[in-house]
Amino acid sequence: MTSTESLIDRRQLAYIASQAADARLNIELETEGMTLNIGPQHPATHGTLRIIAHLDGEQVVWAEPSCGYMHRGYEKLTEVRTYPQVTSLVNRIDWLGSFANEVPFILAAEKLMGIEAPPRAQWIRTILFELSRIANVSLFLGDLGVQLGAITPVFMAFRDREHVLNLIEATTGGRFHPNFDRIGGLKDDLPAGFIDETRAVMKTLRNFCTEIEDLLFGNEIFQSRTRGIGVIPKDIAMQYGLSGANARASGIDWDLRRDQSLPMAWDKVDWKVWTHPDGDSFARCWIRLQEVRESTRIVDQLLDNIPTGPIMAKVPRIIKVPEGEAWVSTENPLGEMGYYVVSKGDLGPFRTKIRSASFNNISIVPWILKGVYVPDIITILASLYFILGDIDR
Amino acid sequence: MSSTDTPIAEIPGDTLRERIVADLRTKIGADLVDSLVKPGDDVWVRVSTEAWRRTGVALREMGFEYFCFLSAIDWMPSPFGKGEDDPTAPPVERDDTVKQGYAGGETRMQVLARLVHPTLHVGINIKCDVSDSEPVVESWVSVFAGANWHEREAHEMFGIGFAGHPDLRNMYLPGEFEGHPLRKDFPLLARLVKPWPGIVDVEPMPGGSADEEGDAE
Repeated sequence: MTSTESLIDRRQLAYIASQAADARLNIELETEGMTLNIGPQHPATHGTLRIIAHLDGEQVVWAEPSCGYMHRGYEKLTEVRTYPQVTSLVNRIDWLGSFANEVPFILAAEKLMGIEAPPRAQWIRTILFELSRIANVSLFLGDLGVQLGAITPVFMAFRDREHVLNLIEATTGGRFHPNFDRIGGLKDDLPAGFIDETRAVMKTLRNFCTEIEDLLFGNEIFQSRTRGIGVIPKDIAMQYGLSGANARASGIDWDLRRDQSLPMAWDKVDWKVWTHPDGDSFARCWIRLQEVRESTRIVDQLLDNIPTGPIMAKVPRIIKVPEGEAWVSTENPLGEMGYYVVSKGDLGPFRTKIRSASFNNISIVPWILKGVYVPDIITILASLYFILGDIDR
Repeated sequence: MSSTDTPIAEIPGDTLRERIVADLRTKIGADLVDSLVKPGDDVWVRVSTEAWRRTGVALREMGFEYFCFLSAIDWMPSPFGKGEDDPTAPPVERDDTVKQGYAGGETRMQVLARLVHPTLHVGINIKCDVSDSEPVVESWVSVFAGANWHEREAHEMFGIGFAGHPDLRNMYLPGEFEGHPLRKDFPLLARLVKPWPGIVDVEPMPGGSADEEGDAE
C-alpha cells in the first residue's frame, strides 16, 4: 500500500513540477493569452454547458462555466402544480436516472403528510432506484471511453444498458421518464416475470463491469490520462458540497443510503460503500464502476425477498399536504439530490428548493481547472460527471 | 482504495439536535433568534441578519463542514394564485398576509441554507430575515467556497444582495433580464395567458381507495 501511495505522490509531484516549469517558460517567452470557448455544443459536455477558458499556451489560466442554456425554471413551475403533478417535472432534471429524481420529492411529501408507503412499495422503489442508477452510471462508464479517445466502451454500454431500460419500461411504461412514484406508494405492481428477467440482466451488467474494468481501467493510456489529474482534496470537496462518487473519491465516507433513515429498503440488504483516498479523475471513475457492481448486488438481494401486500397506502383522492417544511435527500446516481418543500396546506407546494447534485459538483470547476492542460479539461469534466438538466434545472 | 463495512450509522437523535442548538447559542448568543427541533425529523434555527456570516463560521467550527445548499424563500402569497384563474374574469380577492414557516420570521424574504456534519450525519437548516427595504446579507463565500454559485442564483432569482461576494453575475438569465423570477409577485406569464387546466385533473388511485376515502373537495 505504501509503495502505491508514494508512487501516486511522486506522479502528482512530477505533474505539479512540470506545470511550474511550463509556467516559467511562458513568462520567459512572453506568450500571449487566448480565450477558448468549449461548448455550448461540444461532445464532451453532455448537453449545453459552455466553458470559457483563458489559456496561456496549453495551460488554463482561469476557466468559468457558463450555465443557463437549459434553465427550465422547475422551482417556479412547482408552485403552480399539484403534488402528484410535480413528479413529471422532476423526472426531467437528471434524465438518465429519472426515477431516482421522483423518490426524494415523494418522500418529502409523505413526510409532511405523515404517511409511509407499504413495505412492498418501499422494496420496489428501491429496486427501481438502483436500476436507474445502473442505467445512469453504466452510460457514464461507456461515455468516459469516448471522451478519452476509446470508441468501443460506449457501444458496450449502450448494448447492456438497453436491458436495464427494458426492465424499467416493462414496469413503468416509460423508458426515460417513468413518472411512476406516487404519494403513498407506486402506480402499479411489478409485471409478471420481472424477477427472473432482472436476475439475468444483473448478471449481464456484472459482466459488463468486468469488461469495462479490463478494457478501460486496466489500459495504460487511460491510467496515464486520469491518474493524478484533477485532484480534489477532502476539505475542498466538503466546502463545495461535492457529493456522491465525487466526494467518496476524495476519501469522504458518506453515503446517504447508509447514513440516514429513510423508508426505503437499503438497510435490509448487505452492501458496501467504496471510498478512494486519491481524489483524482481515476478515483472518481473507479468509484462509479464499483457502485454499479454494488447496485447489482443490492438489486439481487432485494429480489430474493420482496414482501407481499399492497403497493399503495390509504391516501385521499385529492392530496392536500399539511402545513410545514421538509427536507429529504437521497443518494442519486450523480450525488445528493434533495428537495426542500414548503407547504401551506394547499394542493401544491408553496416553494420547492431543488438541490441537485451536479450544480454543486460543477461549481468546483473554476477551482479545479486552474493550471491544467487543455486535454485534461476533458478528462476532469468527464470524471466529475454531470447532466446538464441537473445543473440548470 | 477501501470499502467500509460499518453498519448503518446511528440515526441522529433529538438530544443531539438540541445539543447543537445549545452549542450554537453559546457561540453566537442572542443572535440566535429562534429555533425548532422537530422530533425525529430535523432542526431549524433563525439568526439575526447581522450574524449571518458569523453563524456560518461558528457552525463550521462546530464541525458542520459540508455545505449543502443556500437559497431563499419569499413568504408572500402569490397574487396570481396557482394560475388557474380565467384571465377574462375579474381579479380574485386573495389572502395576502405574509406568514413565515418554521423558526418564525419578520420579513417577507428569508435566506435559507443547510449545512451537514459529515461524521455525525446530522444536518441543520439556518434561516435569516432579509429586510424589504435593503435586501442584503453578508456573503458566505469566504466561509464556504461553494456558496459562490448558490448566492449568484439567489441574487438573480430573489434580488437579494450578498455583501462581499466577488462576482454577482447572473447564473442562468441573460444579463439584461429585468425582475427576479422566483419572487412571488413575478408572474408566470404562460399561466396568465392560458390558465393551467390540470389543477383539478386527478387520476384514480390503484387499490380502490378512491371510492372509500371520498373526495376532500
